[in-house]
Formats: sequence, structure tokens, C-alpha cells
Amino acid sequence: MNKRLRWGCKWALSAMIVLTAFAATVEAKTFRWANDGDPTTMDPHARGDAFVSSFDFNMYEGLVRRDRDLKLEAALATEWANVNPTTWRFKLRHGVTFHDGSPLTVEDVLFSFQRAIAPGSDLAAQMSAVKEVKKIDDDTVDFITDGPAPILPNYLANVAIMSKAWCEAHNTQRAATLKDEESYATRNANGTGPFMLKDRQPMVRTVLVKNPNWWHLKDQPIDIDEVVFSRVENPATRVAALLSGDLDMIYNVPPQDIEHVEKNPAVKVWQIPELRTMFLGMDQSRDELLESNVKGKNPFKDKRVRRAFYQAIDEDAIVSKVMRGFAHKTALMVGPGVNGYDATLEKRFPYDPATAKKLLAEAGYPDGFEVGFDCPNDRYVNDEAICQAVVAMLAKIGVKANLLAQTKAKYFTKINAPGYQTSFYMLGWTPTPLDALHMLSNLTQTRSADFRVGPWNEGGYSNPDLDELIGKIAVELDSEKRNELISQALTIVRDDFAYVPLHQQIVVWATRANVELAPLGTNDFQLRYVKLK
Amino acid sequence: MLAFIIQRLFQSVLVMLTVALIAFALFNYVGDPINNMVGQDTTQADRERLRQDLGLNAPFVVQFARFVGHAVQGNFGLSYQQARPVGQIILEKMPATLELSFMAAFLALLLGVPMGIYTGLHRSSWGSQALLAISLVGVSLPTFLIGILLILIFAVLLGWLPSFGRGAVVHIGWWTTGFLTAEGWRAIILPAITLALFQMTLIMRLVRAEMIEVLRTDYIKFARARGLSNRAVNFGHALKNTLVPVITITGLQLGSIIAFAVITETVFQWPGMGLMFIQAVSFADIPVMAAYLVLVGFFFVIINLVVDLLYYAVDPRLRVEREIAAGG
Repeated sequence: MNKRLRWGCKWALSAMIVLTAFAATVEAKTFRWANDGDPTTMDPHARGDAFVSSFDFNMYEGLVRRDRDLKLEAALATEWANVNPTTWRFKLRHGVTFHDGSPLTVEDVLFSFQRAIAPGSDLAAQMSAVKEVKKIDDDTVDFITDGPAPILPNYLANVAIMSKAWCEAHNTQRAATLKDEESYATRNANGTGPFMLKDRQPMVRTVLVKNPNWWHLKDQPIDIDEVVFSRVENPATRVAALLSGDLDMIYNVPPQDIEHVEKNPAVKVWQIPELRTMFLGMDQSRDELLESNVKGKNPFKDKRVRRAFYQAIDEDAIVSKVMRGFAHKTALMVGPGVNGYDATLEKRFPYDPATAKKLLAEAGYPDGFEVGFDCPNDRYVNDEAICQAVVAMLAKIGVKANLLAQTKAKYFTKINAPGYQTSFYMLGWTPTPLDALHMLSNLTQTRSADFRVGPWNEGGYSNPDLDELIGKIAVELDSEKRNELISQALTIVRDDFAYVPLHQQIVVWATRANVELAPLGTNDFQLRYVKLK
Repeated sequence: MLAFIIQRLFQSVLVMLTVALIAFALFNYVGDPINNMVGQDTTQADRERLRQDLGLNAPFVVQFARFVGHAVQGNFGLSYQQARPVGQIILEKMPATLELSFMAAFLALLLGVPMGIYTGLHRSSWGSQALLAISLVGVSLPTFLIGILLILIFAVLLGWLPSFGRGAVVHIGWWTTGFLTAEGWRAIILPAITLALFQMTLIMRLVRAEMIEVLRTDYIKFARARGLSNRAVNFGHALKNTLVPVITITGLQLGSIIAFAVITETVFQWPGMGLMFIQAVSFADIPVMAAYLVLVGFFFVIINLVVDLLYYAVDPRLRVEREIAAGG
């Protein structure tokens, strides 16, 4: 009897242990997801790469951040304003601690800014307007700029605040420059954000856990306890892993798989209109094109030729056939979601090959001409296929575009500064601060010899009226007036046929059916919005 | 003997230099890594400085000489993508590839040899025909397709095995192993089968051909005449004699298993050297690509050397001829 009782107790006890262990695993919610890239560094200042910073900003935060609708909202600063045209004043939030438990102070903000503009950081260019950062008191900091800087807060959303003491203790006061060996901050993190780094295996797996002391936890509870990120490059494997339940979410579903993934009831597909605008550009600066059979003159200097190219492109066909509906055609060089976007200007010149042919004839090319066409084949969704469609459409008006589609590492070297060795090319652009000014000054402003102005204006488009307008937009602090000026500028760009805008692509993510998340047009994936049902 | 090894080692240095040279010549075509390393807002001046710092503006000969000079000292530089010493990254990835390769080679032998014997002994049986037909599939289907099919069946449809990765690993010094966890064993099954399939069919066909050949020889007939059992004849006499070429081929194939693991590792996201190489190519991470190619060259050279030495040990005629030649 006694023996049997003891045996019974033992059995009950072990059953209880197993059950509690089971209950514990059920309680801890783990979210597993994958992308084809790896967040190569945990150092939020080291690389300007969109995916890396999107990942790192789950652990780190800036003074301000973007909400679900991409509007700026308070993060480590509670309020900010212009105290005079060249000074932005930020009030620091109280009671914020880093993951190591130390409190956030003004010193950390000053330190982080210096770190973000020091060699090794890839953010210096974004901060170029700032002349000085000053501590006013223990919870106030001033950013003093060269001139009025209306979109400085947009840029500051990209500057993570790091702990001064932690960086000094681990000898990483500067981010490792790209030619040097990694620093402590490359594989360790100590931010203020909603998630903490638990394990990092570069190129393989990164594990984050919920930060139980996050300052915003009360208003914005975090549903998941642990996040396991894996890099899975092969698209077919990524889809298979989602379907088999090995993953809860995959980022970027290959276009050819969307249809069959959608049919699976265990899986949910999310469509996110991206802020990136795809467009065609033309060399308008050289007196003779590098790659063309037209000698002694540059056909693209003639607006009629640029218009002919525009109206020869059947964008509806590109959207429905090449993009399988996963794109929005556009008439503007910025999309909805970017500040300055004006829906009233969204009027594309119609697809009209007959008019296009007539325009070419008027310009003196009744039989068309031949031109080189540069295109990446591993950068944007269906990039090479879009270019092939463009070649076929231009052939209808007699233009023979000789397509050179190559890997981005080769493509960008060819078309970018300092050589700009292209006559006709396709490119995509997302304005970093989500403001139209960034597009205007990078893509449409007259290029300067030192590549500081208009660095991505590969075609060398130049219009003095537009330059003047951009100068005004850059320093206008009244947002209503400023948006008015932006609309004027966008109209000039559109009616001058400076570029041939094509579309904004729709990015597709897929999750298991029980996952809720907030997809953003910037392609940012913020884990704090993830919920598992 | 010693002279032979020294001569071979000298040749292998030449082979590796040639591999490095060809690799470097190819790197001119992978493009400029700078664009992958910086964001769109980085200024032209900063890009140019970085290019200068990394020595990308130096002429081809200088870049190559620099690489060889450092490599001789065991320094393969820093990965552009990870900012870590390439040697360290390779050491980290090597266990995954070696475990997968040896597992695949083991599987190929374990299944290939019995299948070869069976099809060799029962040449026209229904089973043999079926095995030969299946082996044709193994030879002709590309590896990535087999991998995807296996994932589809065993991970997506049946849900028995994981679809990617290596599972949980245990660290033993610098080595990591998946053989000490259940998850690790589950994870290696599909990639090992994928990688083994081609080798298995190769071994099976080799054993079959050799068996048929040997069974025709006189001493087998004499053995039967002596009244030995089928079992003793087939396994004691015939099989033993077929195994010599099988061992050499398997040894040589080990090199190609390691090298061809690239595709299998990509399909299964197996965190080994092959995957590392593919990741390096898409990033134009020249130091990693160069080191990997040289290392694979080194593996081939070493395996060839070992096989040559094995020949030497196994076949007494070679030794005699060499001694005579040396004496003469």
C-alpha cells in the first residue's frame, strides 16, 4: 500500500512537472519570421541600409518615431518645436531606461548624435544640416542648423539613441568603419526599445526577447515574448517553411507564388503599397549620347522626344501583365504616404503610340533611333521583366532600346556618380525622410560638380525655375506654404517630362492565419505591432 | 615516398595559386561592393574614400599580390558584409558543411553498396529494374529540384521534418555539432539525402558494373567449382575485389560533395560554407569568395593526395614499379 502510494505520488508529481513545463511553453509566445537578407549589424549607426535599420529599430529608438500611418510621433522626446528658424528644441522623456537598466539622459542624446556623424556612421549625410547640438538643461536639447531645416525631425527618426556609458565601457564610441573589424556594438545591443537582443548568429539566426521595462508598455502592450529571425534566401524554401508552419511570417513573397499562397487557408497575405516610385530616366546633359546611333546631338534634350517615350509606355499593361496587379501606376515621382504628395496632380499622360510616333517625327526622328538601356536584375520586383516590356513598347514607335540588365553591383557602378555612364535607365526611389524634398533635391535639382546636390540625377536634368523652387522648399517652415511649393515643383517635373514615372510596387508579405501585424509602406517591420491569436 | 609527397605538395601550391588567380580575374565581373555597403544618402566623397580604403581602386595585379601576401600568412582579410576576419567566418561555417558532407557520403555508401550488390547479382529481376530506373532519376534530376520536392513532401505535406536550417547545435570548442540534439538530427535528414542521392546512384552503378565484371572472372568460377556457398563466393570473393575502385571513387567524390554542397545548402538554408559563398557572391564580398575558392581547391588537392597514397598502399605493383624506376 505504502509502496503503491509512493509510486502514485511520484507519478502525479512528474505528470505535474510535465504539465507545468507544457503550460510554460504555451504561455511564452514565440514569433518566427524570415527574410532573404540579414541585418548585418546590430549597430544602429553603422549602415544606412533600410532592412538593417528597420531591424535594429526594434531594439533602439530615436527621439521621434513613425506610427502605423507613418506619421511622426513622440518616442524618446515628448515634444519638439522650432524656438527660432534655425533651432529645433526637443524635450526628453522621463523614466526611460536602457536594456542594461541605466537611465536615459541628455548626455546620451549628445553622445549619440556625435557618434552618428563620426566616421563609421552612415548617417552623417542625413545630419548635414545640423551645426551644433546643445544641452539646455537636464531634459532639453537644442539642434542648431545652418539655415531653417523643416524636415530635421524626419531625419532624427533615423538616429538611434545609444547609451554613452555602455559604448564607452565596450570601447565602441564610434561605429566600426567599413574597412575595420566589427566593434562590440556589431553583435551586441543596448537600446531603449521594445525588444532586447538575446542571441545573434550572423547570417543565420537572431533572437530578440520582449523588454519588460519598456517605457511605452502600458499604452502599447507587446503580445509576443520572443522573436526568432532566420535568414532564408531561397524564395521557394521561404514559402515552404511558411506553409509547413516552421515560420509565422515571411517578408517578400516571390510574385509567382502569391496566387497559390493566397489559396491556402492556413496562411494570410498582406499587400503593402510601397513608397518607392519606379521610373525611367534619360541623359539630358551630354551633347551626344554615350550609347546611341544619333550623332552630334542628344535627342533627349528635346522635350518632344521625352514625351514620346512617356506616351509610348503602356503602364496599365506593365501593372497587369508584368506586375500581376501588384503595383499602382503613378504620374508623380513620389507616392501617397510621402509628405508633399498631391493626389490632384495624379494625372498620367495617356498611352498613345500614334501621338508618340508623331512627336518623334516632329523632333526629327521619323524612323526612331537606337539607344542603350540600363536596368538592374536583382534590385526591384520584376525589374528585368519591366525593362523587357519597355523595350517591346518602344519598338512600336521605332525606338530600338538595347537592354543591358545586370546585377545591382554592376548596374549602380555604371549609372551612378562620378561617371553617370548611361543614356537611358530604370531606377526606383524612396525618400529617406518621407518628404518630397528629398526626391526633388536628389533626382531633379541641377547636379553640382562635387555631387552634393542632385547626386542621383543620373540624367543631368536641369531647370533653373525648379532649382529656385527647391531652394525655397528646403527652408520653408510653414508646412502649408511648403506643401504648396512642393505641388508646384511636382507639376514642373511632370510637365517637363524630366522622368517617365511608372508605378509604386506593392510588396507582399505572408503570415500564418493567426498573425496580426502593421505593414508599413516603408517596408519597415515593427515587431511591437505583432499579435499572435 | 617522401620525395613523392613533397613533389605533390609543391604541385598543390601551384594549383591553389592558379585557383586564386582565376578567381581574382572573375571578381572583376561581380561589380562594385560599395553600393551594397552604404545607404542611398551616403555622399559621393564618402563612397570614394571607402573604395580607396578597401583598395578597390588598385590595379588587378596589386590586389592579387596583396591577397596572396596576406593569405600566405593565414590572413584572408575582413568580410565586407560582416566586418569580421574571413578565417573566423570560415571556421564557424566549416562544421556545418563537413557534417552534412560526411553524412551524405555515409548515406551514399550505406545504401549504394547493397543496392549495387543486389542489382549486380539479380540483374534481370523486377527489383533491379526498379532500382535502376530510380537511380536514373537520381542522376538526371537537378539537386535543387530534388531538395524542393523533399521539402514539399516531408515538411509541407507530411509535416515530419523541418524545412530549413540546422536546428539546435551544441558547441564543442570551436566546433558546432547538430548530432547531439534531436532537432539537429531531424534537420540533417533531408539535406543529407538530397546531397547523397547523386553519389548513391553513382556508387550503386559502379558496384553493379564491377560485380558483373568480377563474377565473370575465372577465379569466381573456380570458387564455385570448389563448391563454396553462394554467400561465400558473392561476398567473400566478388565483393572484396569490387571494393577497391569503390573506395577510390568515394574518396574522390568527397571533394565534390563538399564543393557541390553549395546548391543543397542554398535550398535548405544550411548554414555552411556553400551558403556563405552564395551570400558572398550576391554581396560582391570579394575576400570571402576568394578564401572559399582557395579552400575548396585545397580540399581537392589534399583528397587527391590521400587517394594517391592509398593507391600506393593498396596496390603493391605501384610500389615495385616506382622502385624499379627510381633504381633505374
